Amino acid sequence: MMSSAPATLPFVVLVGNPNSGKTSLFNALTGSAQKVGNYPGVTVETSSGNLKLGSGTVQLMDVPGLYSLRPVSADERIAVDIVSGSSKVDAVVAVLDATSIERGLVLVSELLEAERQVVVALTHTDVVRSEGGEVDVPALEAALGCPVVEVIAFQRKGLEELLQTLDSVLGKPVSTGLNLVYPQIVSAAIASLQERFAMAGVDLSSSEARHAILDEDSVFLQQLSVDRPELAVAIQEARDGVSEGGSSGRMLDVQARYAWASHVRSKVLTKSPVVSRRASDVIDRYLTHRFTGLIAFVAIMFVVFQSIYTLAGPLTDAIESAVGWLQGVVSPWLASAPHFQSLMVDGLIGGVGAALVFIPQIAILFLWIALLEGTGYFARAAFLMDRLFGWCGLNGRAFIPLLSSFACAVPGIMSARVMPDERSRLATVLIAPLMSCSARLPVYVLMVSAFIEPRYGPVWAGVALFGMHAVGLAVAIPIALLLNRRILRATKVPFILEMPRYQWPRWRDVWLTVYSRVRSFLQTAGSIIVALSVVIWALTYFPRSDASDAIYAGDYQGLSTSVRDRVSEEAYIGQRRIADSYLGRMGRTLEPVFVPAGYDWRLTTALIAAFPAREVVVSAMGILFGVESDGGEEVKLRDRVREATWPDGRPLVTLPTAVSLMVFFALCCQCMATLAAIRRETNSWKWPLFAFSYMTLMAYAAAVIVYQAGTALGWS
Amino acid sequence: MAASTGTLDNPVLRLSEMTVGSRGRVTAMSPTCKLCLRLLDYGLTPGVEFTVTKLAPFGGPIEIEVRGTRICLRSCEADYVCIAPLNEP
Repeated sequence: MMSSAPATLPFVVLVGNPNSGKTSLFNALTGSAQKVGNYPGVTVETSSGNLKLGSGTVQLMDVPGLYSLRPVSADERIAVDIVSGSSKVDAVVAVLDATSIERGLVLVSELLEAERQVVVALTHTDVVRSEGGEVDVPALEAALGCPVVEVIAFQRKGLEELLQTLDSVLGKPVSTGLNLVYPQIVSAAIASLQERFAMAGVDLSSSEARHAILDEDSVFLQQLSVDRPELAVAIQEARDGVSEGGSSGRMLDVQARYAWASHVRSKVLTKSPVVSRRASDVIDRYLTHRFTGLIAFVAIMFVVFQSIYTLAGPLTDAIESAVGWLQGVVSPWLASAPHFQSLMVDGLIGGVGAALVFIPQIAILFLWIALLEGTGYFARAAFLMDRLFGWCGLNGRAFIPLLSSFACAVPGIMSARVMPDERSRLATVLIAPLMSCSARLPVYVLMVSAFIEPRYGPVWAGVALFGMHAVGLAVAIPIALLLNRRILRATKVPFILEMPRYQWPRWRDVWLTVYSRVRSFLQTAGSIIVALSVVIWALTYFPRSDASDAIYAGDYQGLSTSVRDRVSEEAYIGQRRIADSYLGRMGRTLEPVFVPAGYDWRLTTALIAAFPAREVVVSAMGILFGVESDGGEEVKLRDRVREATWPDGRPLVTLPTAVSLMVFFALCCQCMATLAAIRRETNSWKWPLFAFSYMTLMAYAAAVIVYQAGTALGWS
Repeated sequence: MAASTGTLDNPVLRLSEMTVGSRGRVTAMSPTCKLCLRLLDYGLTPGVEFTVTKLAPFGGPIEIEVRGTRICLRSCEADYVCIAPLNEP
């Protein structure tokens, strides 16, 4: 691999258990200069930033949380690859949480054995001391044989010392004073294996022997079974010998590490906390209670959801009017070159606007996620919700991405990061666009107000609106099951949730979460949105010439006065232009495909025009049905749509067509921002294409079924 | 002691059957199950003692305190763990 300039810097990895304070430490060390990126080919994210040490700059990388160097999930596999794979790692900063020190020590013991240069950053000692415990740092250093620095990231305590210590160990030979004690059965097996290897003339150290026996996944045996089959047999016999007592090698290994860890703990935490978690337990008595807990959950989610709707609305409007203002300013400057003018104003600036409008929703949702995670409530909510989401193959954490997708799938998909493993994350990303987002509302409102409310009254109008929101959800559940059972191949990971103590959120971490999400959305998804906007603009704009405009104007004069009274010349030319554009031609070509769903070429064209964003369908229909833009378009469009006919005079949009259109929009994935977000989150074009195909096919099939059934039942 | 140990095939008590506040000790785990690897990572090793601290409503996950940390597991996953009840000291 060719390395660019920054890759030649000394490489330091930040490793630790999830919830150990690793991310807070990373934020405190690198600040907003961090780069968040997907690891090639997977949905796993790593962050990196540069650190200035006395002797020069090093690159620090934050990898997904780990419990051991034997990965279970895809995220962990990436982290383990980085930490203990073949790549060059100059040092490891191991974050050790003093409040769950045994578990952290197990990981540290594996890092030390992997012969990495380790500096331990000991976190949460303030919590231990506040509960009456005492921490003996020199004793920990003595037990591990590596430097230990106490850090309190949010108070920036110990950061300087950590950097100095890191600087002093870089480039030094690795030394470890680790001494794990294994049960008799294991040490006997090690000795006899070493003996058998020695007889065969192969030198095997006792730690190599132990790994060969206890680590079932070690590649050692596979290599050996080719080169020296008789030695492979010896290893297999040793493995069988140790697991006779009903424990696997892995179990014996972990047990020995925990025994060592609890011994270290007893020396380091000289006075254990007396009353632990009292405050958290009191809060939990209400927040995880089967009745008050559920009420609190609903209330909190209501506030979250409501704030996305109401706070994002004005901000989105402001962004839209700023973009409109810019378009108004730029447009006259370019009047001399109309094609370029339209490219800049409608294509490029419009496209940038289309990406920017998502910022308020993304920022607000991630503000909430950061607050919920930061306080520790998220784990409680997942605890309460797991039963509800668990049976379709998801887990309790899915409520955030799925619920927020009802406002907008883009932040919803981005928030699928909260899912703990790749498989459930992918499943969530792929069903999130089925939640009925707010951009579908204009389509529902148009159809309901034109065809349902006038005839069946406001109650049925409400039922229809609710039904449309329920359709997506009802479809999402079987799809989630199907994805989990048949399609997603990632390993299934048990859902084990850790309950952290409640604590005040750290504002720096909250801000960095929001900032890095918005920035990474604009950098990756934003550029895709702008590019697609320009493509769609070109399809609706070209071919265009003065000659054809003159023909349209001539045709307009040839229309009867009664028609001309209803449609202005401007609207008529707009209608003809889009009809003759590449997009309009696509609409005509595809018309036969959509006739079974009840759509003519105009509705088909509007459907294609709405590929970038569903809500565009309303304005596209406005142009296609010859409504001029002078305010009050909605009422006019409603009337025009009702008056529109097939060439043979039958009314175009009847009740079955209206419902079929709504169902199509409820299920389709007509939103390039969603696709761009899926591309960004899954790091491949495969999944956005998959989501688009399955949703479009499903939407089409449902639309045809609804139209045909409705027509057969005699709705009109 | 042997009477309260149980085996995987014939457990004395399953984790999912315990009530809030009761204590137990892990006696055995299926050595072949992949899920158990994850439980080991969280410190739920044979021989370790734990306290049941919470039960989620409607048969949801069960929260236990083990080695100073709180973890929640689903009852279907907890069934891979064989435990023995401990009396309050």
